[in-house]
Amino acid sequence: MRRIGQTRWGLAVAAWAIALGMFFPILWMFLCSFKTEIAAVAVPPKLFFRPTLENYYAVLQRADYLAFARNSVLVSLGSTLLALALAIPAAYSMAFFPTRRTRDILLWMLSTKMLPAVGVLVPIYLLWRDLGLLDTVFGLILIDSISVLPIVVWMLFSFFREVPAVILEASRMDGATQTEELLHVLLPLCTPGIAATALLSIILCWNEAFWSLNLTTVKAATLTNFTASFSSPEGLFWAKLSAASTLSIAPILIFGWMSQRQMVRGLSFGAVK
Amino acid sequence: MTGEVAVKPSRHLHSKPLLAPSVGALFLWMVVPLAMTLWFSAEHYNLLSPGKTAFAGWENYRDLLTHRALWVAMGNTLFLVGLVLAITLILGTFFSLLLNQDFPGRNVCRLLVIAPFFVMPTVSALIWKNMLMNPVFGLFAWITRSLGFGTIEFFSSMPMLSIVVIVGWEWTPFAVLILLPALHSLNPEQMEAARLDGAGPIALFRYIELPHLLRPMAVVAMIEMIFFLSLFAEIYVATGGGPGLASTNLAYLIFRDALLGFDVGRASAGGVVAIILANIVSFFLMRVVGRNLEDLR
Repeated sequence: MRRIGQTRWGLAVAAWAIALGMFFPILWMFLCSFKTEIAAVAVPPKLFFRPTLENYYAVLQRADYLAFARNSVLVSLGSTLLALALAIPAAYSMAFFPTRRTRDILLWMLSTKMLPAVGVLVPIYLLWRDLGLLDTVFGLILIDSISVLPIVVWMLFSFFREVPAVILEASRMDGATQTEELLHVLLPLCTPGIAATALLSIILCWNEAFWSLNLTTVKAATLTNFTASFSSPEGLFWAKLSAASTLSIAPILIFGWMSQRQMVRGLSFGAVK
Repeated sequence: MTGEVAVKPSRHLHSKPLLAPSVGALFLWMVVPLAMTLWFSAEHYNLLSPGKTAFAGWENYRDLLTHRALWVAMGNTLFLVGLVLAITLILGTFFSLLLNQDFPGRNVCRLLVIAPFFVMPTVSALIWKNMLMNPVFGLFAWITRSLGFGTIEFFSSMPMLSIVVIVGWEWTPFAVLILLPALHSLNPEQMEAARLDGAGPIALFRYIELPHLLRPMAVVAMIEMIFFLSLFAEIYVATGGGPGLASTNLAYLIFRDALLGFDVGRASAGGVVAIILANIVSFFLMRVVGRNLEDLR
């Protein structure tokens, strides 16, 4: 018995060590955001210090930080809504009225995800330039919603399929039209699944860096651009960078923690439930 | 996925208008830029001399294929994909096995382990570049100096390995995110039966857990490959592809040709190479994922 108890403890210690090790870089940045600029670059690194909120004040007072944050919110919400609007009808039709081609359509949608973004960077850049979409929030919403669309369709499809078709049949017997059936029966039943899908899509769009770095500069630039601008050597204000980064990742981290169990199916394309 | 799909549709659904927006949008997204990339790749086209385009045939490809940069970038791309894949799968499996045990606070541990996956890539790159790996003020420099090893210039002496560490840190949580629920879905009775028959932890892993994990592992590997093949933000922030070409991958090379060098033709040829590479990978992914849809046949 004692040996079993010991291995238990050994496992617990090992797991906690790994968990803290993985989380440490984030924690370190978080601590850094409460230091003064001088304390942030102190050698040896300071573990104990007088916390200050001055970095957060400084960051929030910069008008441009708020503009970047606003763009991030607009882009991730806008892309998610657009993707859901396109995906809900498609997932509904494929989940409840599968045809011979449903499987092929689903796989084909997934295959569009395989097209590497860099492969089409040049044409998209030129098209967006000619259409006046470069450096606009709308232009970025279009790209982001298309790039999450396959994942959103797959995830909704897997949630919809768990709704017994009998329930929809019943509402149909009562004379509900297709739209009513979708809006008043299916969507309320699947609210948790749709919420999880929306959260995953928001997370992916919020963290999307390739297109926002390449298609936006000033007006529509998001928080990924803002944080990337700190990479230049002269931008070494670590404490302020930490405060800005903490503000940028905190909401998404919380969303991720909330929906981690459900989003697995979206991320694994249904391979894991 | 049980019999509910088998319920016969009571009427013919107008499925086309429901599907058309999604299918149409994705079709446009796929075909238009792809055709343009192919077209540009056969043209002399530089943004600095607008209006002066000319047919180039294979010249862009010849330029690209005979230039050292492409091969260095290909090598870096494959190095990155292979190494990070191995790291994330091995560590991810190990962490998942550990977190699947019963111990106090395991739900908190799980949240801490998956956290890096949700951090935006530019921020992760900055945390590592500035606060941990900076040769003067970084935490690692302080640790190595305190231990008497001197300072390691991570990004100039081993730029690719540094990128691998950053990306591995971001994506190991992804493997855990997928593999841990997969482990969880393992039938406990089966494990118990094997244990009663005297199977030790290694035998349990080798003959029950590992076979059960193979398919989710394949999915993790394929999805990661898609992302790693066009990894961009981490390199953009941490090294800018340098020193020299040392940490330039295919994605960064195309970005450099197109938006810094304004050479549309050559960047497009690079794009075609990237697309071909990704297609080889996706061929295998489709086969794995397709099996999950068997019941729709």
